[in-house]
Amino acid sequence: MLSNKNTMNLHEYQGKSILKRYGVSVPEGGVAHNVEAALDLAKSIKEKTGTDTWAVKAQIHAGGRGKGGGVKIAKSIDQVQEHAKAILGMTLVTPQTGAAGKFVHKILVEQGIYYPGESPVKEFYMSVLLNRVTSRNIIMYSTEGGMNIEEVAEKTPHLIFKEEIDSLTGVADFQARRIAFNLGLSGKAFKEMLKFVPALYTAFEKADASLFEINPVIKTSDDLIFAADAKVTIDDNALFRHPDFEEMRDLSEENPDETEAGHYNLNFVKLDGNVGCMVNGAGLAMATMDIIKLSGGDPANFLDVGGGANAQTVEAGFRIILKDPAVKAILINIFGGIVRCDRVAGGVIEAYKSIGEIPVPVIVRLQGTNAVEAKKMIDESGLKVYSAITLQEAAETLKSLV
Amino acid sequence: MSILVNKHSRVIVQGFTGGEGTFHAGQMIEYGTNVVGGITPGKGGQKHLDRPIFNTVSDAVRETGADVSIIFVPASFCADAIMEAADAGIKLIVAITEGIPVSNMVKVKEYLQYRNSRLIGPNCPGIITPGEAKVGIMPGFIFQKGKIGIVSKSGTLTYEAADQVVKVGLGISTAIGIGGDPIIGTTTKEAIELFMNDPDTDGIVMIGEIGGSLEAEAARWIKAHGTKPVVGFIAGQTAPKGRRMGHAGAIVGGAEDTAAAKMKIMSECGIHVVESPANIGKVMFEAFASVSK
Repeated sequence: MLSNKNTMNLHEYQGKSILKRYGVSVPEGGVAHNVEAALDLAKSIKEKTGTDTWAVKAQIHAGGRGKGGGVKIAKSIDQVQEHAKAILGMTLVTPQTGAAGKFVHKILVEQGIYYPGESPVKEFYMSVLLNRVTSRNIIMYSTEGGMNIEEVAEKTPHLIFKEEIDSLTGVADFQARRIAFNLGLSGKAFKEMLKFVPALYTAFEKADASLFEINPVIKTSDDLIFAADAKVTIDDNALFRHPDFEEMRDLSEENPDETEAGHYNLNFVKLDGNVGCMVNGAGLAMATMDIIKLSGGDPANFLDVGGGANAQTVEAGFRIILKDPAVKAILINIFGGIVRCDRVAGGVIEAYKSIGEIPVPVIVRLQGTNAVEAKKMIDESGLKVYSAITLQEAAETLKSLV
Repeated sequence: MSILVNKHSRVIVQGFTGGEGTFHAGQMIEYGTNVVGGITPGKGGQKHLDRPIFNTVSDAVRETGADVSIIFVPASFCADAIMEAADAGIKLIVAITEGIPVSNMVKVKEYLQYRNSRLIGPNCPGIITPGEAKVGIMPGFIFQKGKIGIVSKSGTLTYEAADQVVKVGLGISTAIGIGGDPIIGTTTKEAIELFMNDPDTDGIVMIGEIGGSLEAEAARWIKAHGTKPVVGFIAGQTAPKGRRMGHAGAIVGGAEDTAAAKMKIMSECGIHVVESPANIGKVMFEAFASVSK
């Protein structure tokens, strides 16, 4: 289902702090908002670990950061300074950010773990997520770490392995062994992986995560296992169990209109089209977007007003949709069940009065409980609103407007 | 006839005395559903809406012979409520509650594997057999009796489909909202199978959404075993890709979870796929007419 309500994305440094809490080994490090703090961190990491290399990583909610110059290895404190200066305040463009890129407010400084030694460093891929087909969590992993996993899946599917976990037992020992064997490990690294896998799964369960993607998992030259990166998303529905996670939400990474919509209990997703829409129910909202497309327009947004459509939420919906100058028409589609159509119609009329002139044509389609009364209210209000009762009528009106 | 619920269903309400439970239980009773009692731990022995309250589901089953339960308890307690109903031997559990953590549902699903209960939902509008039993939150008047079964992931889109099917003169045998959460009790395929085996259902409307593989699974079953016309719609043809689970999700979800991919599979399996949700009733009517000849 299309929604921005179901998961909360975290920064790498936040994800790693959660992993660490549950015993998953991550490189020693911390977050810095300015160059001085980055230097202090680099020095304290050296004191703790003896490292003389550091990773300096831009913290934004998008992958592919290395390709855009947002991840650098420093071989001296001077280089930490140099990289921190370059990355902090940059607008990072990656394959996932779009052309506009994202402003970098903070960096992660951590211990370098690609140091040379007795055995070669290896990069693996590992993720934990729900398999919707079986309703069980799976650990998906590959010998091909540090690469785009979709490409690996396409080109070399035999190098991707999946281990399905029984929720009543968790990761069984034999499963952890199978993972370690499939990754080609032996000796100390094998034993380290037997600790790493169950810790990762426990962290996933305890944190109520909906996705862990660790790409890469590193086997160091001295056979230690680390989560070198961490893409972590948390199930929003479980945040009541994790009040401390709520503080990790980075509003600067979220679309401000979507955040504002959230305050009114509206589920809003910004899109690039020219026809705004306001609908009750996520499925009907997606179906309404489809109708817009079939009528010759392009949906400018997804907006589910839920079961609580009233004057306030309708007005808020209008205001958020109208912020987008590309919007040339708005389609309101409410199927009244428990929500009464006459109340929604009242909300539309009040919103008009309160906003003043709404500069684009509005089609209001109200069906279901008290639909006839609602249509009468709209028609008699004198507002320049097109009213419709069937979805087909609404589609035809829209076709004539776009 | 119908599937899963009818006028003989003995329905209890978990979360009976809360706001939602009170309102919708009242609506269900008004509709004519045989509501025999409700559960609110600690209020056992009292009465609510003129029905007995019980402390536990097993008490209610023993005293009333209940075989269907509808659940309105808050999200954080809902998984436990589902398991309590299953433990008490309730045959059909309808979970309306929205927002249950996925991690809780993973455990519920595992728990139900070893019990004889069917779960519908969660995060769904419930199930209705027009004129007999409404075990859900849907507006009853839209669902007029007839011969078309509806199975849908979405609430208001179910109402939309029902309204269109009724307006073309066909009517509904039973309509099930299975819910759109990542983990649900009854799948599209299972509902379709029940409808195919119901002598009083002559056609089926199947409404899906982007994400997951329920519709593809149902379509393949229909191709192999289907005996009645099926009209299908997938919401989200214009939804942007990859907003939720990123790359790992795309691999696990496979290539079948976009609207276009699902519609193609459904067409290939002989389902009458409509591009526009405004045409569900019309196409059902045409499909139904051509079969009846």
